[in-house]
Amino acid sequence: MDGLQPLIYDIGAPGRVGVNLPEPDVPEAELPTELLRDDLPLPEVGELQVVRHFVKLSHLNYSIDKGFYPLGSCTMKYNPKLNEDAARLPGFAQLHPLIEETGAQGALYLMYELQRWLGEISGFEAVSLTPAAGAQGEFAGILMIRNYHLDQGEGQRDIILVPNSAHGTNPATVTMAGMRVRELPSNDQGNVDLDSLRAACQGELRDQIAGMMITVPSTLGLFESTIHDVIDIVHEAGGLMYMDGANMNALMAVVKPGELDFDVMHYNLHKTFSTPHGGGGPGSGAVGVNAKLKDYLPGPIVDIIEEEDESGAPLYGYVMPGKSIGRIKAFQGNFGMHLRAYAYIRVYGDTGIRDVTRYAVLNANYLRAKLMQTYKLPYPRYCGHEFVLEGHFDEVEEVHALDISKRLMDYGFHPPTNYFPLIVPEALLIEPTETEVKEDLDAFVEAMESIAEEARTDPELLLNAPHSAPVRRLDEVRAVKELILCCAAAVPAAGD
Amino acid sequence: MSYIPHTAAETRQMLAEIGVGSIDELFDAVPEAYRFPRLELPPPMSEMEVAAEMLAISEANDHAGDYAIFRGAGAYHHFIPSVVNHILLRGEFYTAYTPYQPEISQGTLQATYEYQSMMCALTGMDAANASHYDGATSLAEAVTVALEVTRHKRRKIILSHAIHPQYREVVRTYHQGRDIRIIGDRGRGDVIELVEMLDENTAMLAIQYPNFFGQIDNIAVLADAVHEVGALLVIVANPMALSLFRSPGELGADIVVGEGQPMGVPLSYGGPYLGYFAIRQKYVRKIAGRIIGETLDADGKRAFVMTLRPREQDIKRERATSNICTNQGLMALSASVYMALMGKNGLRRVGELNYHKAHYAADRIDRLDGYAVNTGKTFFNEFVLSCPRPVAETNRALLEEGIIGGYDLGQNYFHLEDHMLVCVTETNSKDEIDRLVEVLGGLG
Ligand SMILES: Cc1ncc(COP(=O)(O)O)c(C=O)c1O
Repeated sequence: MDGLQPLIYDIGAPGRVGVNLPEPDVPEAELPTELLRDDLPLPEVGELQVVRHFVKLSHLNYSIDKGFYPLGSCTMKYNPKLNEDAARLPGFAQLHPLIEETGAQGALYLMYELQRWLGEISGFEAVSLTPAAGAQGEFAGILMIRNYHLDQGEGQRDIILVPNSAHGTNPATVTMAGMRVRELPSNDQGNVDLDSLRAACQGELRDQIAGMMITVPSTLGLFESTIHDVIDIVHEAGGLMYMDGANMNALMAVVKPGELDFDVMHYNLHKTFSTPHGGGGPGSGAVGVNAKLKDYLPGPIVDIIEEEDESGAPLYGYVMPGKSIGRIKAFQGNFGMHLRAYAYIRVYGDTGIRDVTRYAVLNANYLRAKLMQTYKLPYPRYCGHEFVLEGHFDEVEEVHALDISKRLMDYGFHPPTNYFPLIVPEALLIEPTETEVKEDLDAFVEAMESIAEEARTDPELLLNAPHSAPVRRLDEVRAVKELILCCAAAVPAAGD
Repeated sequence: MSYIPHTAAETRQMLAEIGVGSIDELFDAVPEAYRFPRLELPPPMSEMEVAAEMLAISEANDHAGDYAIFRGAGAYHHFIPSVVNHILLRGEFYTAYTPYQPEISQGTLQATYEYQSMMCALTGMDAANASHYDGATSLAEAVTVALEVTRHKRRKIILSHAIHPQYREVVRTYHQGRDIRIIGDRGRGDVIELVEMLDENTAMLAIQYPNFFGQIDNIAVLADAVHEVGALLVIVANPMALSLFRSPGELGADIVVGEGQPMGVPLSYGGPYLGYFAIRQKYVRKIAGRIIGETLDADGKRAFVMTLRPREQDIKRERATSNICTNQGLMALSASVYMALMGKNGLRRVGELNYHKAHYAADRIDRLDGYAVNTGKTFFNEFVLSCPRPVAETNRALLEEGIIGGYDLGQNYFHLEDHMLVCVTETNSKDEIDRLVEVLGGLG
C-alpha cells in the first residue's frame, strides 16, 4: 500500500543515528541491568533524511502562510513572525517554570500586564492565564460557577443552560464539571428563544439554574440583539452568565462583556491574539471574572507582592485566590502563548486594537454582501467577524456543503467550517479575519461563484472533489473498522 | 495599521459594496450605551520597538542560557537538536489548524500518526492519542477513563504520594464535581503500601516512574494486585527515562501518561508542553482527544485521518467524556522530530548520559560533609539530597555562583525540609557538576 511519503519507520537502516552526541565526560556508572529494557523500537534515520521527511510532510499541509483560511470560529489570522522570534529568546525559552519568583521578574511582569490588558479589553476585574485552551477556560469558568453556588448554600443549582447553537465544548464542559445541561432552542433570527429561556428560568427549575453559557457574537456570527434580556432573565433566576469568548475578534474595543454584566468569560488567545494554532494546538484560554467570582479563579495568578520603592520596579509574585477552584494544569499556563499575545497587543496598543475588530467585521461583511448573491444567507443582516451560508442549491439536491468545501481545495482555498453551528442546514461558516487583502477576498468570491455554477452544470466535479489535493477523499469507515493507530514496527513483539 | 493591509481606497470600495457609509455602522446591534469603550492600554509600538522590549523582558529572568541548571521536578533542560526548531518553524505546520480537512492536512496527520507510534514504542502500549495539555491533565483524563472502564461503579482512585504534587492537585481540581474518593497520596511509604488500599471499589491506582524523587520503584509487583481487584494500573512516566528502563507496558500498565516536554520541547516557563496518553488498544474507544488512524483514499492510496470521532465533544456534546478540542499538536510534532532524530540508538545514548552524569554528581556530593544523597533506590537523572542548611539559602548562594540549584522538596513534603531534588541531564558538563560540588562544599 503506497502512501504519499513513506513512514518514518519505513526509511533508515539499522545503526543509523540522526544526531551527533558527545561521549560521556564523567566516569560511567554501573547500569542496573535487571531494570533495563532490551528493546526500544524507534526508527533509525539520518539527519538529512529526517529533515527531508518532515519537509515533504509539510508540503502536504495547507496553512495560513500559504493561503486564505476562512475557517469560521477559528480566527485564522496572520501569526506574526516577530512573535515566533520572541518566543525563542533564551530568556523565555530556557526559563524553568519552578525558578524562584525573584528570578522570573521579566516573565511575571509580562504575565501581570497581560492579565491587566485582558481584564481591560473584556471589562472584567480579574484574569487567570492558567487555562491551556478555550475548553479548559470553559471548564474553569463552570467550576467557578458551581463552587460559588455551593458557598451560597445553593448546591442544588446544577443546571447550565446552553443554546443549541453552542460549540460542542460548551455542553461537554458542563458534564465534565458534574453539572447538567439544558439545551435551549434558537428562534428564526438565530437568537436564543426568549420564551423558552423564561420558561426554563421561571418555572419549577428556577432554583436549580446555576447559569448559562452563551457565545457573543453567536456562533452564527450575529450579535444577539436581546442579549440584555437574556442576561437579566438568568440573573433574576439566581444564575450566573458565562460568555464563550472565542469570538472576541468581533468585540475588541467595541463592547466589554463585563460591562454587559456577564460574570465570567474565556478568551482564546490562539484566535483573537494571533498565537498560532500549530496544527491542532497549543492554545491558551485565559479566563476573566467579575468581583463575585474573583476569589474562585484557577491559580496561580500574578500579583504585585511588594510595591515599588525608590530602587525601581515592584516585586511580582504568585498568589492563589482564596477560594480558588485549584490548579487546572501543572505550572502556570502556556507561557509561550502569553508572550506572543503580549507582543501582539503591544503592537496595536490602545488606539489600534479596535481596528482589529473593525477590519475583521468589514472583511466579513464584504464577503457576506458578495456571496449572498449566489448562496443562501439564512440570516440577512450585518454580521460580526463571520457569517453562515447554506451550502446547497435547491436545483441540485445531491450537492452538499461538504462537496463545496472539497471543491474549494481545487481552487487553492481552505474550506470554511462545515456543519457548525448545527442549527443551520449544510452550514458553511466563513470567517476571513482582518489580515486578508481585498484581492484575496475577491478571488475567494470568484471561486465560490464558479463552484455554484459548476454545481449546476457539472455536479460530479464537486462530488468527486478534491481533484488536485495531495489525496482524494478518504475512507473514514475503513479507518474505524481496521483501527490502525500506530506503525506495526513500533509495537514491541511481546505485547499484551 | 500593523497587520491590517487595507488601503483607504479599498475600505471605501468595500463599504460601498456592503452599502454602508462607515465601518462603525456595522456595529449598530451593539447596545449604544456600551458601544466603543475607551481602553486603558499602552500606546501602539513598531515591530522594532516591540522586539527590543521583548528582549529586555526576557533578560530580566534567570534562565538556563546564562546559568548552569540542576533543576527538574517535572520540567527538564535537555539538548534539542537544531533540526527540531527548524521543522517547527515551517509555517506549513505551525500556521495550520486541526486537520479536520484531511485531504489538505496529510502532513500534520502523518506526523501525528508517527508521534503516536513512537509513543507506543516508548511506553509499550499499542495506542496513543494526539496529545493532552500536559502531563497533569493527562493523568486527570486517565482517571476519567478508569471510571468509564469500570462503568462508574467504582469510586476509589489511589494516587501515590510520589506523583508530582501539582499533578495530584490537578486531578483533584478536575474531579471535584464527581462523587469519588482520591486517596493514597497523604502517605510517605513505598508503593507496596498502596496495594493494601486496593479493593473492589478501586477504579485505578497510579504511580510515577521514575517517581517524583527520581527513583525507580519496584512496580513489577503492582500489576497483578491491581488487576486482581479489577482496577487499572496507570503509570505516569518520564519518556526520557523510558530510553533506558523497562517499558510500563512490560510492567503491566493499562494506561501510561506523562509529560512529553523532555522530548524536544523547551522549558518555556512551564508551557506549552505535551501531555502524552497511551493505552492498551482494548480501551481505546474510552479515551478522550484526537486519534489519528490509517486508511485509504478513493484511489486506494494510504492516507491518515482523525478517527473514532464520535467520542469527541463536537459530535457527542454533553455525552462526551472530555471537552478537549485544541490540544498540544505542535509539541507532539517536536517530540516526533526529536524521537526520529535520536532514534533507537541516540535516545538510549542520551538516557545513559543522563544516568552517568547524575550518578557522578550524586557520588561527589554524597562525599561532602553535611550532605547526604538518598541512594536507597535506583535513580535516573534526579536524586534527593539532604542539605545542612535550608534549601532556599543554599540556592541563593548557588545562584551567586552562576548555578540554579535543585528543587526545594520541603515546599510539598513536610518530612523533607532541607531536602533538595537535584536534576542532572546530558546538558550538564563535568565542569559544571564539579563547580556545583565545589560551591556546595564551601557552604557545608
Ligand atoms: C465557539 C467556540 N468555543 C469554544 C472553543 C474551544 O476552544 P479550544 O479549541 O481552544 O478548546 C472553540 C474552538 O474550537 C470555539 O470555536
